Amino acid sequence: MNKKQKNEMLWGYLMLLPLITGILVFSIVPFFQNIFYSFTNLGSFGQYKMIGFANYSKLFSDTKVWIAFWNTFKYVIFSVPIGISLSLIIAVLLNSKIKGKGLYRTLLFLPAVTMPSAIAMIWKWLYNKDFGILNLVFGTHVSWMGNPNFVFWSITIVMIWSGIGYNMIILLAGLQGISPSYYEAAEIDGAGPVAKFFKITLPLLSPTLFFVSITSIIGTLQSFDIVMMMLGKTSLVEGKATTAVYMFYKQAFILHNKGYAATIAIALFIVTMIITAIQLRLQKKWNID
Amino acid sequence: MKINRKNNFWIHTVLIGAVLLTVIPYVWMFLTSVKTQGESIMVPPKMFPEVWRWDNYKILFQTLPFDKFFINTFVSTVVITVFQVFFCAMAAYSFARLKFPGKKVIFIIILSIMMVPWQIYLIPQYMIIQKLGLLNTISALILPSLFSAYGTFLLINFFESIPMSLEEAAIIDGCSYPQIFFKIMLPLVVPGLIALAILVSLWSWNSLMWPLIVNSSTDKMTLSAGLANLSGRAGTKYPLLMAGSVLASVPMILFFFLLQKKFIAGISASGTKG
Repeated sequence: MNKKQKNEMLWGYLMLLPLITGILVFSIVPFFQNIFYSFTNLGSFGQYKMIGFANYSKLFSDTKVWIAFWNTFKYVIFSVPIGISLSLIIAVLLNSKIKGKGLYRTLLFLPAVTMPSAIAMIWKWLYNKDFGILNLVFGTHVSWMGNPNFVFWSITIVMIWSGIGYNMIILLAGLQGISPSYYEAAEIDGAGPVAKFFKITLPLLSPTLFFVSITSIIGTLQSFDIVMMMLGKTSLVEGKATTAVYMFYKQAFILHNKGYAATIAIALFIVTMIITAIQLRLQKKWNID
Repeated sequence: MKINRKNNFWIHTVLIGAVLLTVIPYVWMFLTSVKTQGESIMVPPKMFPEVWRWDNYKILFQTLPFDKFFINTFVSTVVITVFQVFFCAMAAYSFARLKFPGKKVIFIIILSIMMVPWQIYLIPQYMIIQKLGLLNTISALILPSLFSAYGTFLLINFFESIPMSLEEAAIIDGCSYPQIFFKIMLPLVVPGLIALAILVSLWSWNSLMWPLIVNSSTDKMTLSAGLANLSGRAGTKYPLLMAGSVLASVPMILFFFLLQKKFIAGISASGTKG
């Protein structure tokens, strides 16, 4: 190795050093520590005993956690496809030659820059049983957040509402990357707007759609802010709407069963890995990107 | 796309509908925040308050130190953004341009970190902060967020899109690597740095779980954790809760209005380059 190569190597390592150190201390070591804690009864003050697989057997019989994971899937299944479809419709409309595009885009993007805890507060107020604007407008008297049949859907609506702006922007960027010549050629062939959408827009947008789906799925799998703020600490219908991360937070930092919470985190990790593997498989199959 | 008049009408109708559904909750938040408790629970509801009651905001500051929440959120967001972007940029340059043994292995390790749900790091991170005696400090808010695998990946793409020839010329001229990094490369990836800075500050300003966990004393809380705290205290006093929501969300919304184009470019970059 000559002097120049040595110098390059030295700087290569030096410039990586801060990031690597930080990631080692705050991610890599914690990852293994978390695995270790899942075999302990770690509580709030840092003392613990090894308890073998007790947390894991508890996890398997803990219906509350299973329900939370099931709810999380349900949020993914409902909020992701509906949210992305709505974002796509809006993005396509915004991509046409109309006046006031910029203003529409700005206003529709607002939820993406609004603090989720504030979004939750606003919607809790809109959903209020006695004085919420929603019941007053519809002339109903529904307990959107208190009725076990509604609470899941009420929160799903808020998730969709708060996610549209972000996905819309990414999809719009994808749409703007499609060359107009495709559409011009299709028009010469006499294709209508519907044919153009399914034959040109959708196939050419599929890498972007795929990206948006992945980030939305991963994001929804980790739902916490809105769910936690909307349910509060004492909701009677909690079981209908809790998520895996909410259960993790509750066990770790409210009930102080950190050992058990570490086990829930590992379950979440495994589930996420399985879903990521499926997505990678699909990506290969469709030969996207 | 060609548009005739009828289509034009429908496009605007749908978009205006979507805008109304988006904006009405904000309008209602603001109007409620300037009503009396009595006005806020009137049936049928009153659109505007009799007198605009700005007092709610005064009462809010007496209930909880929102000025401190603001400062804590602001300081932690700025520090996290500046350092995270800087560390990511250095690492991204190293990955994109320099040759050294073990690069591939390190790269794959960092890549795999991005796939792991971050909750798995949370309990150990909390224990570190606890052991360092940093619970209830601004540093607790900042420390774990200074380093980001995601940001590094985003920036690698920007560095790779710069032609090699610029650097080669600088090397022949005898520039050192830090000189090349600071004087040639950084200015060229400014759009990437801005994109990442916006994503990081947005994420950091709005984050809830970590601030909630590490800082429980009110004078060290962030706006989002403070809002969670307020919802426990104010119960059903919705004018107060809405005043809190306005204060917590408006700074980022204003920041967005100011830097709209950069926001949109940043978000788009996260989708096309990330």
